[in-house]
Amino acid sequence: MKQDVDKLIAGAFSGDESSLGCLLTMVENDDASVSRILEAVSSKLGRAYRIGITGSPGSGKSTLIDKLVAAMRSKGLTVGVICVDPSSPITGGAVLGDRIRMEQHYSDDGVFIRSMASRGSYGGISKAVGAAVDIFDASGKDVVVIETVGIGQEGIDITKIVDTTLLVLAPGWGDSMQLMKAGVLEVADIIVINKADLGGDGLADSIREILALSTRKSAPPVIQTQAFNNIGIDDLYRELENRRNEHHHKAKER
Amino acid sequence: MSKPIKVLIAKPGLDGHDRGAITLAMGLRDEGMEVIYTGLRQTAENIVRTCSQEYVDVLGLSLLSGGHNYYFPKIIDLLKENGMGHVLVLAGGIIPNEDRKSLKEKGIKEIFGPGTPISEIADFIRKNIKGEDS
Repeated sequence: MKQDVDKLIAGAFSGDESSLGCLLTMVENDDASVSRILEAVSSKLGRAYRIGITGSPGSGKSTLIDKLVAAMRSKGLTVGVICVDPSSPITGGAVLGDRIRMEQHYSDDGVFIRSMASRGSYGGISKAVGAAVDIFDASGKDVVVIETVGIGQEGIDITKIVDTTLLVLAPGWGDSMQLMKAGVLEVADIIVINKADLGGDGLADSIREILALSTRKSAPPVIQTQAFNNIGIDDLYRELENRRNEHHHKAKER
Repeated sequence: MSKPIKVLIAKPGLDGHDRGAITLAMGLRDEGMEVIYTGLRQTAENIVRTCSQEYVDVLGLSLLSGGHNYYFPKIIDLLKENGMGHVLVLAGGIIPNEDRKSLKEKGIKEIFGPGTPISEIADFIRKNIKGEDS
């Protein structure tokens, strides 16, 4: 990609979407200019609230993000969304299908949605996601939301690059044995039971029982939502805000 | 798996038929490309914004409702205005022969009708894309 990197960086920081899009592609493709990009970004980091959203395929992550983004926009916050979907282990191809759930934001200048293929990474995100989040942060987004590949158990890479991790489950996902296993349940800051109308209370009880037996210092809150029907989104948004304030508080103390 | 080709398949305007668009999206996936589908009934502005945000190499426009002479030139102009003039723009759907010449002059690189093998489209993309490996 023969492009003037400094011009692209300046463009991205002043709101030019194709420049920002191009930078994201350059980090995805491991372009020779990546170090230059990261250097320019590094001095502008730390403003954005970073939220990771993970959970099994079909649990409603994208729809939940769609509604959360609407809540953020109603507060005047600008949002960057990164959606990771799986690359084929056979051909390397991918269908990046999360964006389509966020259609109401297509024409909103305050929302930038970027799809990324996992490209052989198996932790639920791709190698470039960390850098992409930094680029969004530096370009002035108030919130960056990252949606992982639909995963069940081991994909916890996301927790290392975000402030708050949401685990999205749906009724029918499994019994208490599943909840005892190691993995994402250990690291989630908030557990969301989406599609709660299909039996959310039962799953919430099982989760709380198991969490009560765990040695974790503090149990994460369990919040029931029906993203499609826009139910429970306010509760979830409030919880995210509380956590953001905690982060800011901690950052000030440091 | 270095630098897969990134493609947006888009449905501009009031056209409710996307079997072809979905078939092509999955076919190009199987050809090793990263494919995004916009969903139905998109405005020209939203399609071009998606091109910018996703920074795609290829835009495939599918239209079966007769609005191509309005939408396709508008999209080409908007791509240029938004720094995305390098995107390879292809079209498919129901495009009458008499409209093809003017659309190609406007910047649609090729028009593929119903029945075109996916491999033919994939090969065309690989041959015509600028500055990218495949």
